[in-house]
Amino acid sequence: MLDDIAIRLRQNVGIVTAVLLFFILYLLYNFAHPKGFSSAVLVQNGDEIFALAMLAMAQTVPVLASGLDLSVGAVMTMVGCFASYLLTGAAGGTPLHLDIFGLQFGLGTFPGGVGGILLGTVICLATGALAGFINGCVVVYGRIQPIIATLATGAVYIGIALFLRPTPGGKIDEDLNWALTNSLGDFAATVHIFDDGAAGWFAPVAWIPVPFVLLILVALLVWVPFRRSVLGRAVYAVGSAEGAAYMSGLPIERAKIAAFTLAGFFAGCGGLFLAIQTSSGNADIPQAGAYTLNSIASVVIGGTSLLGGTGSAIGSIFGAMVLRVISFFFRIFDIAPLLQPLFEGLILLAAVSIGALGVLRVKNTLELFR
Amino acid sequence: MTTASLGLSRDDRPILIAALFILVILVAGTVYTFARFGSAPLLSPTYLLQQLQIGAFLGIVAAGMMMVILIAQIDLSVPWTLAAAAMMATSIGGPLAIPVGLAVGVVVGLINGIGVAYLRVPSMIFTLGVNAVMRGLMVAHTGGYAPQTAATDLMRMLAGDRTFGIPNALFVWAAVSVIVAIMLQRTALGRYVYAIGNKEAAAYLAGVDTRRITVICFVLCGLAAALAGVLLAGYSTKAYQGMGDAYLLPSIAAVVIGGTNILGGRGRYLGTLIGVVLIVLLNSVLSIMDMPEAGRQVIYGLVIIFMLLVYGRGERVTS
Repeated sequence: MLDDIAIRLRQNVGIVTAVLLFFILYLLYNFAHPKGFSSAVLVQNGDEIFALAMLAMAQTVPVLASGLDLSVGAVMTMVGCFASYLLTGAAGGTPLHLDIFGLQFGLGTFPGGVGGILLGTVICLATGALAGFINGCVVVYGRIQPIIATLATGAVYIGIALFLRPTPGGKIDEDLNWALTNSLGDFAATVHIFDDGAAGWFAPVAWIPVPFVLLILVALLVWVPFRRSVLGRAVYAVGSAEGAAYMSGLPIERAKIAAFTLAGFFAGCGGLFLAIQTSSGNADIPQAGAYTLNSIASVVIGGTSLLGGTGSAIGSIFGAMVLRVISFFFRIFDIAPLLQPLFEGLILLAAVSIGALGVLRVKNTLELFR
Repeated sequence: MTTASLGLSRDDRPILIAALFILVILVAGTVYTFARFGSAPLLSPTYLLQQLQIGAFLGIVAAGMMMVILIAQIDLSVPWTLAAAAMMATSIGGPLAIPVGLAVGVVVGLINGIGVAYLRVPSMIFTLGVNAVMRGLMVAHTGGYAPQTAATDLMRMLAGDRTFGIPNALFVWAAVSVIVAIMLQRTALGRYVYAIGNKEAAAYLAGVDTRRITVICFVLCGLAAALAGVLLAGYSTKAYQGMGDAYLLPSIAAVVIGGTNILGGRGRYLGTLIGVVLIVLLNSVLSIMDMPEAGRQVIYGLVIIFMLLVYGRGERVTS
């Protein structure tokens, strides 16, 4: 029994480190914060964490199959721009039209109200998954290296985002924004369930921020079933030894396409939330790039090997939270904003270098060249 | 079929196709300008030289990036290495400006190389961290504003002036190209680079100090980025925030379009040269067409995918 636990700990040392690091940092943060351990702080942090956590999950799946997805930030941005048209929730619906080199095409009116919002959400998530599916097809059937294929498709997605929103704008339904970016109590009050959130049994959970609930729901309803499916196992197998996976008769092509599609879906979730949170669509190229790079950093901090085959999306969520909490500290300790990028870089370098110190103990140099 | 009958090696084929694609871009662009403005600026030597002068900065960055990609690594710290070299060079000024700028590149390359070669951190994540640190250092140094310091006369002369009607920046690019091409094809270092890219363990067993070579490649990449930064500062007479951001992805794209395998070990310098020219011409045709940024990004991505579908396809894994 104890041996079993010890073995499991050793196998998951990356994730365990990330989880411990997060809880230690977050406890320190709450002690240092004047309003620490309050629902308000938790809600604010949840809103800031959600998009990056989604992108970290998105990045994890292709990385597990030993491919990198450099388009996650672009997919996020593109889906956000779609959302800024489809989630307005305006009573009379939103007229849509295309403007291609001065030629106007009317696309009818997108329904408003709750039905329109639900339909828009589905379309946005499907758009993200479709973008990921296209990535997968280019990688599998085009046989182009993932890193360069997604670099190129990422440019295309950013182009589409810019086409949709040449300047930041658009609008998201205010109730939707309020319901999803606050605590469960506010959510219940907005959608009028559980006596507007005043039900007695509901009080003990009313303080929980909605973003955290969404995060857990996505992880439990999407990631965990995928991880346990044949395709999920095939993704891990492809990442650790593609040739062996092929010889074992695993569906490696379907696994790779599924990995990229799931990445697109997660990135779409992130983009949707970011649009809802900021109440607008913004085709911000530097922001897309920063999110992509931070997603890679989160994956590494979360204990997933960039070589593929080991790790988990749950670890990456904690990796993303560690990254975000570090930036929360800048606010608390009043570090000059000008010094923040420097500290962020130094902490990232220190984290990966300390993790790499094990190479100094390797006796056979050949083991270094995997 | 035709490629086999012409006796082309698999490294030459991408170069030939990319060169053909450059012709297609030139012809299509000329047809467009002729139909719309009744002139053919793309075929005038003055215009081409001016475009190549701007392309020289990308060309120098791509030369360094190629060294790193050939050993199956990547350098994401290029943007702020370039900017840091430019900012340091302009703030030091005087005769020491260029040496100090280049030294910045060497130091960044050394740090990258040590992290990747000796600590075995994946280059993707280590150079990303170094890029953030360089950005942080420069933001702290300049206070987040565009530095007020100006480029020295020598920097302006090297990047902006012309000799015999040819921009000096082109001479610098040519010199860098000759050095890199000779190094890759005629020296032991070049052999080692290709060997490491193919199989580092094999190169190590064959007696190559693979870690030292890795450090050297990163230093060369940092040096190239710094040189491009110093020249770019000379061209625009000053350094500015984010001046290197536009060079990272195009330089990787140029190297890959030129037929270098992103997994390392294969590719010729001539290909990178052609890849840079292709991207520069594509950009200038798109700006002549008054293409909005959205269309540029889409076309840019589609061209990369198209070129790689034609000749960059990998082997199917079957064992």
